[in-house]
Amino acid sequence: MKPAPFAYAKARSLDHAIELLGRDEARLLAGGQSLMATLNMRLSAPKLLIDLNGVAALGGIAVKDGTIEIGALTRHIEAERSADIAKHAPLIALAMPHIGHPAIRNRGTLGGSLAFADPAAELPACLLALNGELEIAGPKGKRTVKAEDFFKGLFETALGPQDVLTAIRVPAATKDTRVGFAEFARRHGDYAMVGLAAAARADGKGLAGLRLAYFGVGATPVRAKKAEAALANGHVDDAVTALASDLDPSADVQADGATKRHLAGVLLRRVAKQLMEPRA
Amino acid sequence: MKITEDSPSALTALDRPNSYIGRSVPRPNMARLMQGRAQFVSDVTLPRMAHAAFVRSPHAHAKIKSIDSSAAKQAPGVVAVVTGAELSKVITPWVGVLTHLKGLKSAPQHAIAVDRACWAGEAVCAVVARSRAEAEDACELVQIEYEELIAVTDAETALDAKTLVIHPELGDNLTFERVHTAGNPEQGFKAADAVVETTFVFGRHTGVTNEPRAIVADWNAGDQRMTVYQGTQAPHMMQNLFAKHLGLQEHQVRVLTKDVGGSFGIKVHTYADEMAIVALSKLLKRPVKFVADRIESFVTDIHARDHRVKARIGVKNDGTITAWEIDDLTGIGPYSVYPRTSGIEANQVVNLTGGPYTCPNYKARARVVFLNKNVMCQYRAVGHPIATAVTEGLVELAAAKIGMDPLELRRRNLIADDAHPSQGPSGIKFEALSHHAALAHLDSMMNYAGLRAEQAALRQKGIYRGIGFASFVEVTNPSAAFYGVGGAKISAQDGATVRLDATGAVFCHIGVTEQGQGAEAVTAQCVASAFGVPIERVRVIMGDTDNTPYGGGTWASRAAGIGGEAAWQAGKALRQNVVAIAGSILQAKPDTLDIRNGVVVDRDTGKERIGLDEVARIAYFRPDTLPTGVQAELVATRHYVPRAWAFSFTNGIQASYLEVDTDSGFVKLLNHWCVEDCGTVINPQLVDEQIRGGVVQGLGAALFEQCVYDDRGQLLNGNMADYLVPMAMEMPDIECAHVVTPTADSELGAKGAGEAGTAGAPGCVMNAINDALRPLGAAALTDMPFTPGKILRALGKV
Repeated sequence: MKPAPFAYAKARSLDHAIELLGRDEARLLAGGQSLMATLNMRLSAPKLLIDLNGVAALGGIAVKDGTIEIGALTRHIEAERSADIAKHAPLIALAMPHIGHPAIRNRGTLGGSLAFADPAAELPACLLALNGELEIAGPKGKRTVKAEDFFKGLFETALGPQDVLTAIRVPAATKDTRVGFAEFARRHGDYAMVGLAAAARADGKGLAGLRLAYFGVGATPVRAKKAEAALANGHVDDAVTALASDLDPSADVQADGATKRHLAGVLLRRVAKQLMEPRA
Repeated sequence: MKITEDSPSALTALDRPNSYIGRSVPRPNMARLMQGRAQFVSDVTLPRMAHAAFVRSPHAHAKIKSIDSSAAKQAPGVVAVVTGAELSKVITPWVGVLTHLKGLKSAPQHAIAVDRACWAGEAVCAVVARSRAEAEDACELVQIEYEELIAVTDAETALDAKTLVIHPELGDNLTFERVHTAGNPEQGFKAADAVVETTFVFGRHTGVTNEPRAIVADWNAGDQRMTVYQGTQAPHMMQNLFAKHLGLQEHQVRVLTKDVGGSFGIKVHTYADEMAIVALSKLLKRPVKFVADRIESFVTDIHARDHRVKARIGVKNDGTITAWEIDDLTGIGPYSVYPRTSGIEANQVVNLTGGPYTCPNYKARARVVFLNKNVMCQYRAVGHPIATAVTEGLVELAAAKIGMDPLELRRRNLIADDAHPSQGPSGIKFEALSHHAALAHLDSMMNYAGLRAEQAALRQKGIYRGIGFASFVEVTNPSAAFYGVGGAKISAQDGATVRLDATGAVFCHIGVTEQGQGAEAVTAQCVASAFGVPIERVRVIMGDTDNTPYGGGTWASRAAGIGGEAAWQAGKALRQNVVAIAGSILQAKPDTLDIRNGVVVDRDTGKERIGLDEVARIAYFRPDTLPTGVQAELVATRHYVPRAWAFSFTNGIQASYLEVDTDSGFVKLLNHWCVEDCGTVINPQLVDEQIRGGVVQGLGAALFEQCVYDDRGQLLNGNMADYLVPMAMEMPDIECAHVVTPTADSELGAKGAGEAGTAGAPGCVMNAINDALRPLGAAALTDMPFTPGKILRALGKV
């Protein structure tokens, strides 16, 4: 388990990183929590590793104009401990303790997790549920992509070969914001068998703008749109039934599709309860 | 030195004034390990040392048509690229059979595959380079042309006429079969009021040691000696095998085993890639190192379990068990592992099923078949988790069927504590067991009645908790009956040499080994107590075939019971030698003297007479002052092997309390208890750690662990993310207690404690899950591991 030989360059700036990405078979290194394992197992063998860890512009958490912006290089542990995230992006705060183990969260970054786009990871689903957007810098400048359009397929995103994910933005929570998060993992810290991130606005006794984003059930995080419609009207049983057409989970080594589908329903009932509760 | 738990043994034979027996003495090696100053094989670096990596077969079964290593040989840093055919000129193949397992057969296995690869992961070519990284780079350049053959991957069909025979010269895929009938099972089943029949399935496991397998071999052509640094449990066994297959005399091979990061039985076998390393060193005349990486470990470290057992029990309405029957099938790898064989686990299942109970009517069949999967062999508690789960699963299903409390049914059938010596249904002999005392202790320790009341109350609220039990017997302290009689050069005896140094401290060289379980601490306790010095003055030396007495090493829970007794006897012998010299110096009769806390004292009064440092000074530097004809003998060696009994059986009972989330199928382990009887408890903390660690491995079996293969023989979850070892967050508190029935075969009276936890835990959890779900009408779960999916299916929710 030694990586194939590669060249290493430490990016001095965002522009420098983009320039380096123009070279043949280059990859970005952020927290390295997925990348280092794939390198060591020789599942990937880039010629050049571009270390983003010195690029200060990729860090920071800021709240402005009803939006919270989180730099891509923000480590999980910073997000977990951030008062701003707890207040303005409570869904992300809820998800944090489920991401790996403390040693992983100490190094792993939010941007790295989103750019890697593991379909069983928590953050892509959170961003989808929050209707968030991703800021991307490339050779032609910056652009913004909605979470809805970012996750294209299995480990496949809207990022081009010379793109760097620079930040994520989600609408800051208000007093009406309702969020819910739950997952089933065989052991604490494992990738989820099935997980659910949800966000909505309290609207009288109902929920408006409800978004249910499942993970671990397909190639990307998946919106359960029929279940959203049913649950927004307060019909939990109908919402669970609707999952049958919303989700078509495939088997993996920990569970078959039928088990995942059942567990998705159990999660929906649990998350529905969380959504009904006003924020503390 | 802080002794955390201090309950000196009440046993008079061991009740020496400064006894450490029965006290939680900290491990002497702890500081070294905690400070990162241990010496694992990975830490060994020798001049001119090269590193090996292997090209491994991607196919479960394939003909090797050609190997083109020309590009690899040109790669930077490469020393050599060696094929199986080339290496077979240096090291001979082996066949993993034992003559006392009648009919056991296997085919010759090479260090590196020759002509054919028989499992995905088998080494096909070795690359030796300046670094492991360069060796791995060059591995990618080795061009191998394979012709894929049909892979035999299903034990159920391995013996069918239309199934490919993996080794045609053997005639069929049957490795071993044992049929055993005792008493009158047919009549027993006829006499039963109820018969319960089911099929138990056990996942394929592997040991997942913290430190992977590692070896450095150093052939010194000048000395004509091979020095091997190896993380092994059995240095002398490996010395014999390296010599035998390299064509050397045993004295030309030295095996050095320093710190080892966990073994669990994984490191007591002959591994083809490790044999390849000693051969490569001999071929290249330089040190060669190999440290298995985690991916290699999953496809080459021995696997174990993977049994399917069809089983029946007959029971009368009064709870009397009338008959047992089992039919066990297990699929091993393409070779029986050398030299302990892959037939032992199934043989143990036959030996141990029904073991705690009086019912003598027993019919058993076990079959072991070859498959194109990784090899299988002995792993912690060999056969016990299977036999125990089958026996105890049947017992609790029978209790439920006749409507009897499961503990009450056990009380009516367990061998009585005063009925020993006795024997189990398979004929295994028990010196002295304490099933009923253990059960009674467990009953009160866990507050069984209180838990039953809580369980009933919670069920009213839709919370489903279960209580499950497992009584068990455990094989420890094996005599030569285990391997020696079958022709394997695996020593059942062990020796200890103690030596007084020139300042009154003691060195103990001993044949047993340490892989983290505390054998070093236990040895020091025995020597310090028997000889009479503070434990800080005992230095224990293990793991060096040049410098320790010949011995078997550490496996089958033998280090404390056998090694400890050798150390105890050696300490006593040295005490006699030393008081003889002290008597000469003091002009006192030796039998009026004793050694306590490092000082020679009057035996009766305890009055200090002369320090050991002074005795040593005179003996070593001023022997001229001793009377003529008096020669100090300041080294003593003693050996010990159990003779009266083939094995020193221990016993015990475990209980599990858990909650099943009937919506999700997830199991939460709430509490676990183990009462066991390993005879004299030398170090309570180390014994409890052994029990707890063993229980955790058993809990892994029940809920998490399984090597998943597809039907083409590919391991689908061979990594730490997908092969689920039990982790702290999911583990319950594990409470331990002991009943003490010393073995009379040794003075120390210690039996083994290393495997009891693993033996009982899986069956215990199975019974608790079924107890929890019984009111819901769920079909009994008997297919481990009990995943959420299986539980949801039993509940009809998926």
